[in-house]
Amino acid sequence: MHIHVNGKALDVAAATLAALLAELDYEDAAVATALNQMFVRRRDRGDTPLKEGDAVEILTPRQGG
Amino acid sequence: MKADLKADLAADRETGKDAVFGGDPLTLYGVELSSRLLAGTGQYPSPAILSRAIAAARVEIVTVSLRRESGGNQAGARFWALIRDLGVRVLPNTAGCRGVKEAVTTAQMAREIFDTAWIKLEVIGEEDTLQPDVFGLVEAAAILTRDGFQVFPYTTEDLVAAEKLLGAGCEVLMPWGAPIGSGRGLNNPYALRSLRAHFPQVPLIIDAGIGAPSHAAAAMEMGFDAVLSNTAIAKAGDPVAMARAFALAVEAGRTGYRADLMQARDMAAPSTPVIGRAFNDLANDRARA
Repeated sequence: MHIHVNGKALDVAAATLAALLAELDYEDAAVATALNQMFVRRRDRGDTPLKEGDAVEILTPRQGG
Repeated sequence: MKADLKADLAADRETGKDAVFGGDPLTLYGVELSSRLLAGTGQYPSPAILSRAIAAARVEIVTVSLRRESGGNQAGARFWALIRDLGVRVLPNTAGCRGVKEAVTTAQMAREIFDTAWIKLEVIGEEDTLQPDVFGLVEAAAILTRDGFQVFPYTTEDLVAAEKLLGAGCEVLMPWGAPIGSGRGLNNPYALRSLRAHFPQVPLIIDAGIGAPSHAAAAMEMGFDAVLSNTAIAKAGDPVAMARAFALAVEAGRTGYRADLMQARDMAAPSTPVIGRAFNDLANDRARA
């Protein structure tokens, strides 16, 4: 399935957002997620199916002003 | 003297503690803080210098952000661990967001990851000045407040925008001094004074554009409640020393404000008594000649 993750086109096997994080090695990282510009809570990732063309954002803490 | 500074000074003498500053807490959304300087965490030469600068600045609040990261690269986790070690409160931002939806989603993501209801809300409306889009800002602030956030809106000095942000549920405002990263100081002192005068009870934090400790002191002397500085400290030749300079400037400015500044005047007024001056007769003779 073709989706976009953090702006990059990827071909992934994961069927849910939780599975995608595992597939991309984010499983234990402190990350926050959004699907098609909507926030997805950590506890909802397992119940959030992915479909062709979805845009996923995976964000982590960073320096800022 | 304003606001019991006299009592605080007396307490200082009695206890040997710094009641002048410690006795003058800043309250933001019910949280009492003794430092009136907030620091950004961006652009430091290294994580070690960031840590030392934050310690030197004696801040209790630092701003942080959220950014994309590629899998396996643990830069975000390392940064977050460093911030937690500092033992300070974090104020996550929505830096760079251009629209309401983007800012709201970023705020929601920040709340989960940083485990705080505080959000420094930025909705940017113009590229050259990074000026806040106050229309989007008010809309996003209302959505986030309804969702349980405690919003710190990065705004301009516009009185009407300020009123609408308060109406949207904001209890703190963060007006800019000058465009982000410009180091120009307080670009519009008249408007900032007006803002201060219109909202005497609202905590107002000068955010953005501060370039020097003197700018921070000037903001505090004007009666602003606190100052947020990032670039001026991080990009200084010696960020740790500059952090200390900012802490001193904020403290000096605040204490000066509480001590009630004299009114400026156009003409000179001798500070040494005129009566009793020696050779006064010679001066009078010269004047007659």
